[in-house]
Amino acid sequence: MSVSLGVVRDPFRALCIAFVPESAELNEPGWRELESEVERALADRPTAIQKQMVLLIRILDLLARARHGNPLAALTPAARRELLTRLQDSRWLLLRRGVWGLRTLAFLGYYSRPDTAASIGYRADLRGWEARR
Amino acid sequence: MNRIQADVVIIGSGAGGGTIAQALAPLTADGKKVLVLEQGARLRDDEYTGVESDMARALYEDSGGFLTEQGTLTLAFGRTYGGSTAVYTGTSLIAPERVIRAWDVPDLDHDDIARRCRNFAAQNHVHLLPDDEINDNNRLFELGCRRIGLAAEQFPVNVNGCRGSSLCNLGCPNAAKMGTDRVQLPAAETAGVEVVTRAEALRIEERAVIARVSRPLDGEKGLPSAWEPGEYRIEASAVVVAGGAVGSPALLLRSGFGRLLPRLGEGFTCHPAFILVGEHEERITNDVGHPKSFYLDRAQEEGYVLETCMYFPFITAKNLTGFGPDHSALMKAFPRLQMILVLACDRAVPGNRVSVSGKGVTRVHYEFTPEVRSSLARATVMAARIFFAAGAVRVHAPLASPPLLTRGQADQLDQKISAHEFLPGRTSVSAAHLMGGCAMGRTPEDSVTDAWGRVHGVPWLRIGDSSLFPDSLEINPYLTIMALADRTAEALMGDSAALFDS
Repeated sequence: MSVSLGVVRDPFRALCIAFVPESAELNEPGWRELESEVERALADRPTAIQKQMVLLIRILDLLARARHGNPLAALTPAARRELLTRLQDSRWLLLRRGVWGLRTLAFLGYYSRPDTAASIGYRADLRGWEARR
Repeated sequence: MNRIQADVVIIGSGAGGGTIAQALAPLTADGKKVLVLEQGARLRDDEYTGVESDMARALYEDSGGFLTEQGTLTLAFGRTYGGSTAVYTGTSLIAPERVIRAWDVPDLDHDDIARRCRNFAAQNHVHLLPDDEINDNNRLFELGCRRIGLAAEQFPVNVNGCRGSSLCNLGCPNAAKMGTDRVQLPAAETAGVEVVTRAEALRIEERAVIARVSRPLDGEKGLPSAWEPGEYRIEASAVVVAGGAVGSPALLLRSGFGRLLPRLGEGFTCHPAFILVGEHEERITNDVGHPKSFYLDRAQEEGYVLETCMYFPFITAKNLTGFGPDHSALMKAFPRLQMILVLACDRAVPGNRVSVSGKGVTRVHYEFTPEVRSSLARATVMAARIFFAAGAVRVHAPLASPPLLTRGQADQLDQKISAHEFLPGRTSVSAAHLMGGCAMGRTPEDSVTDAWGRVHGVPWLRIGDSSLFPDSLEINPYLTIMALADRTAEALMGDSAALFDS
């Protein structure tokens, strides 16, 4: 099985923006690139993990509705981060692991993009010193 | 099922398996068939692109993010021709005498280990990089240590023709790193050893290995296996397991050896680690040059080692604590970042072990002991001191609250950094020095093998990798793995008359 983020696209993107504010500036092809990378990573994992990730995103969306009266996508990035920070600092390991897993996926999707590497000034080159001197 | 007859089957091609393959290669001159089964693929030289996610997927188990059962630690280990030697930085140290002595394994002495390590260091072109190949990230570490009165030591590394791509952990794109993929395995193959890639050992039976050979997936890097896809039963006079500290005990447990060997899978250690970054005002050279040139060994005194390092965008982002604007700001400072890897010297303790589920899935159980947490906190304080002494204006320290420390706080590090801030599941911790699970020792009650990798009670079954370590090594392990693997091969050669005639 390979998971599609399409079923949780809005809350997933809202979470990505909370983790990496710059991702809000991505255009649609940029988002697709990010999501493809995440889907590719999830496809390598057991089906149970894939389902857990989708379930977690749905639970976070429900939590946002319960606490703030709006889905994740309708909250301000600051409100999303406040929610995620509380969960990240939770006494419950399962919640901390969940946030850690989601942030890892968001970072994977965003920072694996060649455009991102260039934008943060990462310049590693196969030619090493020769490319710099 | 396909059937193959061999004399020796070696499972794994990393520091252990590659070394054993070369050592047993002379057997082929006597008409003996020596096979190496490697689960991963063999890549063409032009497939080493340095693209982070692609290379991680091609060279590592679970893309370098194998999660422990608790979900609080990721393990990075290679799954390719050459195993983890294809993805390490090539740092080559000889084990401290006090560590080998503390292992207390009869018939294992430090002089023998050191002698073999020196041989492999010479064989794999281990040397100190010249000064003009050291980048700022490394120089600043050495400078910071010196300014606080400590002496950083330079890592000998096994490179030949290094161009300084900084991409060691993604597989050297310039074929300059002298792992078993570049030295021992090609030598073994030239002598007649057959290396079969994409061949996963599923289980071990009486003098036989059941393996599955897979075809490449669409778009996947790497050459196809030399064998047709399918299941194989490979019968052999001797089986040598060298699948690493996770793979070897898991394979033996899956094969039912746990009934004979109650210690199988126990004693897993891994030098749990995280990174700190220091932000400088000016650009530094960090993503060019060999990434790991210096270290500070505080293992004996304080239970940790600090090493220079430089990772790639995603791994860096993952390893920093937190998220949001502060995290992003730090990532945008990448050209000004200095990086230090903090490693705790953990101990083999009950509960930290490798197991397999009822369905045969590999599990690694790992809890952070109070000692490990304290070591990581002390190491964090020391690393922060080094950053500030080297001129950093801000330091990101995972065990500080909040994690960003400014230069003005440099004299409050002991108050700002605490083991109490270590929260499993929130603090990003990873490990790449995986050890134990098939420990050497005296009897089946206290260990899995003797000092020569002979599995207790199973004369045709040998172990030759880091799973032999009875406890943490406290330094980068690959030369010691090669030394122990060499001993395994030597013992097997010594026993060959009995093994091959029986």
